[in-house]
Parts: sequence; C-alpha cells; structure tokens
Amino acid sequence: MSSNRILVVEDEPNIVESLRFILERVNYDVESVSNGLTALEQMRKQAFSAVVLDIMLPGMNGLDVLRTMREDSRLSKLPVIVLTAKGQAQDRKAAEETGANAFITKPYSNAEVVKQVEKFARR
Amino acid sequence: MLPTDLVIFVCLGYVAILFAVAFAGDRRARRDPSGWLSSPLVYTLSISIYCTSWTFFGAVGSAARNGFEFLTIYLGPTVVFVGWWVFLRKLVTVGRVYHTTSIADLISARFGKDPTLGALVTIMAMVVTAPYIALQLQALTSSFQVITFHAGAVTAANTSLEPDFTTAFWLAVGLCVFSIIFGVRNIDVNERHHGVIAAIAVEAVIKFIALLVVGLWVVFAIQGSPAAVFENAPDNLVAPDDTFGLRWITLCFLAGAAVICLPRQFQVTVVENSSESQIRTASWLFPLYLFLICLFIIPIAVTGLTQLPEGSNPDLFVLTLPLNADQDMIALLAFLGGFSSATSMVIVSSIALSTMISNHLVMPLALRFSIAPAASPDAMRSFILGVRRASIVFIVFLGFLYFFLSGASDALAAIGLISFCGVAQFLPSLVGGLFWRNATHGGALAGLVAGFTLWGYTLFLPSFGGAFLMPESVILHGPWGIDWLKPQALFGLEGVDPLVQATFWSLFVNAALFVCVPMFSEPTPLARYQSRLFVDVFRHQADSELSVMRRTARIADLKHIANRVLGAQEAFALFATKGIPGRRSVIASDELISEVEQRLAANVGAATARTLVSSVVTRETISVEELKRLADETEQIRAYSAELERKSRQVEVTAAELARANDQLRQIDLQKDEFLSQVSHEVRTPMSSIRSFSDILLSDPQLDPERKQRFLRIIQNESIRLTKLLDGILDLNQLENGDVEWEVEYFDPNSALDQAIESCEALASAAGVKLTRKGKVPRCRVSGNRDKLAQAFINLISNGIKYNTSANPIVTVSTSLRRGVYEACVADNGPSIPESERERIFVRFARGPMPRKVGAGLGLAISRQIVERLGGKLALADSKSGAQFVITLPATNRSPRGDR
Repeated sequence: MSSNRILVVEDEPNIVESLRFILERVNYDVESVSNGLTALEQMRKQAFSAVVLDIMLPGMNGLDVLRTMREDSRLSKLPVIVLTAKGQAQDRKAAEETGANAFITKPYSNAEVVKQVEKFARR
Repeated sequence: MLPTDLVIFVCLGYVAILFAVAFAGDRRARRDPSGWLSSPLVYTLSISIYCTSWTFFGAVGSAARNGFEFLTIYLGPTVVFVGWWVFLRKLVTVGRVYHTTSIADLISARFGKDPTLGALVTIMAMVVTAPYIALQLQALTSSFQVITFHAGAVTAANTSLEPDFTTAFWLAVGLCVFSIIFGVRNIDVNERHHGVIAAIAVEAVIKFIALLVVGLWVVFAIQGSPAAVFENAPDNLVAPDDTFGLRWITLCFLAGAAVICLPRQFQVTVVENSSESQIRTASWLFPLYLFLICLFIIPIAVTGLTQLPEGSNPDLFVLTLPLNADQDMIALLAFLGGFSSATSMVIVSSIALSTMISNHLVMPLALRFSIAPAASPDAMRSFILGVRRASIVFIVFLGFLYFFLSGASDALAAIGLISFCGVAQFLPSLVGGLFWRNATHGGALAGLVAGFTLWGYTLFLPSFGGAFLMPESVILHGPWGIDWLKPQALFGLEGVDPLVQATFWSLFVNAALFVCVPMFSEPTPLARYQSRLFVDVFRHQADSELSVMRRTARIADLKHIANRVLGAQEAFALFATKGIPGRRSVIASDELISEVEQRLAANVGAATARTLVSSVVTRETISVEELKRLADETEQIRAYSAELERKSRQVEVTAAELARANDQLRQIDLQKDEFLSQVSHEVRTPMSSIRSFSDILLSDPQLDPERKQRFLRIIQNESIRLTKLLDGILDLNQLENGDVEWEVEYFDPNSALDQAIESCEALASAAGVKLTRKGKVPRCRVSGNRDKLAQAFINLISNGIKYNTSANPIVTVSTSLRRGVYEACVADNGPSIPESERERIFVRFARGPMPRKVGAGLGLAISRQIVERLGGKLALADSKSGAQFVITLPATNRSPRGDR
C-alpha cells in the first residue's frame, strides 16, 4: 500500500474543506464522503493509506463503519483517525476499543491532525 | 248460692259468645285487615291480659296481707309503657320488621339465628309458665267451687276448700279446645290472630267492668263513701311502715321485666303489633287501665277484712263479698270477670308457647332426624299444625301438673312472683341484645343457663316445699348440710326476703356472664350482622340480608321447601310475584333466597327457617367487604382502623408517586445530560471550522487572497451559525419552561402566514425554490401571539427550502378551516421522511436523513412547542413524496375584525 490517499468521512462541508486543505498542503490526496455506507464502498474500491472518520454521521455512524472495517480482512489493518465532536472519555474509550488508531476531538488543531495522519499513514 | 247448673250454663254461654266474637273477628280481618281489629284500643285491651286472675282475685289478697305492696305489680309495667320510647318502641319495631314469632325467636335470631338459644328460651318459658297456668287453674277452680258451694253466709271453714282437681281438669280441657280452635288455624304466626285478639279484648272489658262494679258496690253500697273505707281500715294496712324497701323495688323491677318478657305479653305486645301508633296509644291507655283496676283493690280488701269472718281467704274477697251480701248478680259478674282474666291468660300463653315449642324444639329435631314428612306439601303443614295443637295440650297440662304437685297450697301472689322472676332471666339477653352491639351468643347462653339454674334452685324448687325434686332438708339446711348453699340464703345472704335474694343472685350472675363472656368469644359473621340489624333497627331496616349473604341454591329446591311450609298456593304466589328474572334460570338469586327465608321465618321462626334454607343452599359465603362496610358505619374502633388503613394506603400511594416523580426527575436528568452533550456537539462543529480556518490563516500568510476571502467567509458564517444555535437553545428553553408571558391577542392566523412567506421569499429565490400559496384563505381568528406563530411558519417553510433536493423544488402553502379548526399545510417536493423518522425529527438536534446544511436542528422542536402553546398541533402528514407539515389550531370563524 504505497498510496498516499486519505479518505475523509465527514458530513460537515466546511470541516471537509479545512481537512482537505491541510492534508493536501502536506501532499496527501484527499477523497471525501459524507456518510458511512459510501465510505465503506470507497474503501473497498480503492486503496487508502488512512481514514479520517467522524462519529456522528447520517445513517450508519462512524463507530459502525469502524467495526465493519475491523471485521473485514481487507480493511482490518487500515489506520483510522477518529475525529469527533463527542469528546468525552467514554467516547474515546469506545472508539479505541472498536479499533481506532487515533482519537482527536473537535475543535481540532490542524497540526495534531497532520501529525496523527503522518504517524499512521504508510506512504 | 248459685246452682252449679246455672253457673255452668252461664260459663258455656259466655264461652259461646267469645267463640262468636273470635269467629267474627277472623272473618272481618280476612276482609279488612286494617279495620278496627287493628285499632290501638283493641291492641291495648289485648295487652291487658297482663291482668290475670292473679290481679282479679290476687291483688285484693295481696293488699289484705301486705297493704300497698300489690301496687308494685302495676307500677313496673306503667314505667315501661310510659317510657315506651326508650325500649318498647325498639323491641316492637324489631319484632315487626324481622317477623319475629316469639321471644325465643327474637333472642335466637339476634344471636346468629342459633337454634340452641331458641330451644333454651323455649324450655325456660315452658317451665316458667307452668306455675302461672296453674295459678289460673287454681283461681278458676276455687272461684267455681266458692260460687257454687256457698249458701248465704261465708264461713272461714268453707272458704279454704280442698282443691277440686276434677273441675280443674275439665277446665283445662275446655281451655285447650278454645286455644286450638282459634289459636292454631294457620301456621303463619305473623298473620295475626285477629279472632283470638278480639275475644281477648272482650274479656278485658268484662273483667274491667266486673272489678269496677264490685268496687263501686263495695264503696258506695257497703261502706257508704270513699272516706268511710279509710276510717274502717286497719292501721297496719293503709299506714305502711316497711313497705317501700328492697322488696318493693325488686317487685317493681320484676313486674316491669315481666310485662316485656312473659311469652304471652311478648305475643300480644310484639308479635301481634302492626304499627307504631298502636304502641303509642298503649303507652298511656294501658297504664290508665292498670290505674283504674287498682283503684278499688284497697277498698275491697278493707271491706273483706272487716266484714267477712276471720280467716276468710282474702284471694276470693271479690267473690265472697257479694255472695255474703246475697248479691248473686254481682257475684256472677265477678265470677265471669275472674273467668275472663284466667281464660284469656291461658289461651294466649298456650298459643305463644305452642309456637315456640313447634318452632324451636320440635321442628329443629324433626328436621335433624328427618321425622317431618317431606313427601307432600300438605303433610308438612299439617305436621306443623299438629305439633302446635299438641303443644297447647302439653302446656296447659303442664300447668295442671304443677297445680296438682304444688297442692294449690300457696297464695296466688307467691306463684305469680315465681314466674315473674323466671321470665326476668330473659331480660339481659333481650335488652342487651337490642342495645349492646358486642353482646354475643356465648354470653347470652351462659347468662340464661346460669340465671335459670339459680332461679330454679333458689325459688322454683323450694316453692314445692319439699314435694318435688328438692327435699325439705335441703331447703332448711342446704345440700349435704352445707350452710352457705341453702337455696333461700345463698352464699350466706341470710335475713333477706327469699324472692329478693333469688332475684338478686339469678339476675346478677346472668347479667355478669352476659357482659363478661363476650370478652372471651368472637361472634360469627352472621351474629355480627344480626347484631347490627337489631341494634340499629331504626337506621338499617332497609338493608336486607342479601347485601351480605352470598348464597347459591336451586330454585326447584327452594320451591319445594316453600311448598312444604307455606302451602302450594302461597308458595306459588311468592315465586310468581317475586318475578325472578328469567324463569328459565335454575339458580336462585340472593334476593329470592332471602325472601323465601324471611317468609319461612314468619311461619317457623328465624332459626328453623335458616336450617331449612341452608339444607338446600349449596354454597354460602358472607361478603366480608359488605360486612366490613356495615361494621365500619357503626363501630367506632373499626372506623378508626379503617381510617388508619386508608391513611397507610395513602402513604403507599404517596410513596409510589414520589418514586414515580423521582424516576421522572432521573429521566429529566438523563435528558439534560443528553441535551448538554448534544449542545456541546452542536457547538463543537462550527467551532471546529472556525478554529481550523483561523489556524490556516495564521500559519499561512502566503495564502492567495481569493482563498483567504473564502476562509474568512466560512469563519463568519460559522460564527453566525453559533449565534443562531445559542438563540435557538434559549428560545426553546423559554418555550419549554413557559415562564415568559406572551402578549395574547385574537388575530388572523393568515396574517402570520403571510408574514412568514414574505420573510422566506429571499431565501427561496436564492435557493431557486418556488414558494407558492394555494387554496382559499379562510377568514377566522385564533388566540395567541402573532409573531410566534409566524416564527413557527418560517421554520417550516425554510426547512422545506433548505432540504429540498428536487430538481424543480417547490414549497406549497395551503390553508383551510373546518369545524372550528384552522389548518395550515407546508408541503415540499423534496425527499420524503421515512416512517421511522416521523416523530424523531421533532426532537431537538435530531438529524434528518439529509446531511445538515445550515441550522441547529432546533427548528421543528421550537415550532412544535410554539404551536402546542397556542393550543394546536404540529404534525407530519402522510405523503408519498416530499414532506408535508400540518399545523392545526382551534379557531373561531368570525371575522378577525369582528370585535377589534
């Protein structure tokens, strides 16, 4: 997996735009989808080096997406950086137990997002 | 002297007249039961059977021996009747309401319809009445002997005659015949004996006239004037020294008790009573009758003592005075008076006792051992009638036996007092039963047995003077020589009049047991119920037993019993009139069972009726709830405990309410947590954009201006979104708390709608959405706040615009007014909302199926709150495509300008 493509799963257009800007600035290709089902579809279609995943999504929520990924052999190793407005301890715990590689709460620092993506995404 | 034949002829003639009166009375009563036969006068005269030959002959004898003491016998009843409101009224009402057939029936019914008590009272009444009947036989026999024996002068020798048992026997036979013919024609005891009562009333008049005539003759013909009587009177007679002592009080008391408790008095006063007006009249007329009877007793006694030879029997002065003066006609009248008083007593007593014997002794035994013929209905009735007739013969000859055994040796007064003391034993059970709610069957039984035993031991058996059961040695020295067991000086009570001490001991122990035993025994539910019925007769007579008793019986079985006891005709009538819903039903209702039992009770007494009905009842329960309710009404303690119970139930209810409130609070708390976390989420999202883009702008000064501009706009927009969010939260909070007063006015809801459409037009045209208004605009007005309603409309319309993803987006607003309901519909042709989301979208922060573009997710929640506060509803209507929100509001269809 030598792709440097990042999948952003987020339903807030402004946040997608900001993530796209900061990640493209450090030379990632950014794909974005606004709901869980499309996200899983995309992941199975093409290779990504990491996923930035929101939890509160319309329809299938982020934790369900993550769980599905971890049960899918092809996606089980794909790094996931959870980016959520639900910042309480139990939310973090739930995300880590389901298999998130990193957990960032909104509002986020751009540097932190880039750092976590760099840490897990294998180019 | 009067020839024997003439006397017999006069007697037979008199009896024939009585027969005629009784016969006519019966016939008249059948035609008109409420005629003069039921008048208070006849009722009062029948009560005067209290004045037997004991009064007619014995009062003079008593006065001659003991001066004014004879008055006590009339003072007691006078007090009872004058104070009728206190006791007699209740007694008579209970008897009338519950179809009481005798004193035994009343006592047994009061204490749970107990057959044992009924039988006990009957046996006691029999034993007590025997001396009394003997007394009448004695009076009849000796008066007959005197009037036929005397020739002119009356000597001491021939006034104390050997008793003539042959005459007594034939008199007894004659009395039986009369009682049987008129007393036991019908078995329904409650169907009053009009014929007999009529005859008794005639006899009451005859004895009254006879005594009055003798008295007037003595005062005015022999003495000359009333004053002369007292001049001639012996000093010891009219100037009493020790008359008003313990014995005086005891006698007054016993007489008062007897006028209620004697079976014959109970019969005429209670059983034959048909209305309260009768007893009201009797309350003064009967004492007046007694007063007039007493008026000439002392003059006759004085005259007898002074004019007749020394040693003449004073019990016969009424007869011997006119005989001595050769006034044959007055003598004959006096004889008839005595004859009347004796016969009427025996007749009524035997009728009353025969009812008791058949209902409380023979029937229960016959039922238990299946002796009573069950084959045909008529056989049962004739069996009962046969038992009654045999009972009459039995009772009269029991009296004859006593007469024979006691040797007719005692003075009349002494015999009467033995009976009085005996019947007084019923008093605790009778009075206590009517007034004391907690009196129990056990107490009554113990009291009666003990009182009766003591009476027999201290008074009745000693009266035979050693001739019967109790040897003379026991009377003189006590059993086995034990001094303190001497019958006439029990427990060392020496030097007291035997009657006083017998009365004291028997009634003291009787009453003490009656009061104390209930402390150790619980009444049965039925007894408790009967207690309430009797004690509170004036309050509860409307309640019938059926509300408490739950019984099941087959109609056919009940009919069978009714046929046997009431006769086919009456039974048929009973079952026909008692309607019985559904003749096809085989199971009798509670009402029917109670009705049948009541009708049977009027014939055979409450206890026997109960036994009969119980024999066909397959299931019997007493409704505890009913019983409790009834008891609660009357018993303070029970009411108190019920109150406690209620309170504790209330506490339980309160606790449950608190628990529920607590749950609600916890629920609200959870909701609040949820809300906080939602708010924080909703705040964090725009904050994220603001932070992220401001980071970018700060860290990247080389950013091209176009981008810079765009990011700044995003920051600005997200700030506005944050402000809106906060406004929305505050709005919603205000709406939910309802703590801000709205200006309330009557306004045209269409004006609010127009205002909303106007303010959304810019948004619509910017989004390329066509906003249209359809349909007629109904003229009406609603109550509330125009601006708030406009806000609700704006939220709906802007939602329709914002979330409309159709290629050709349209938002349509339509209104209507139907039956006082204003309806506004905001429909779009965007994505339809799935069934599962329909209610959820009205919850704050709920996300629609669409990714959110703008807004805080509070619009629908706020709109719904507004509409509900206006008394209306906001709902999502079913629609195949798009979303269709409907606001309904109560409205009047008058012109909005109508009164503005």
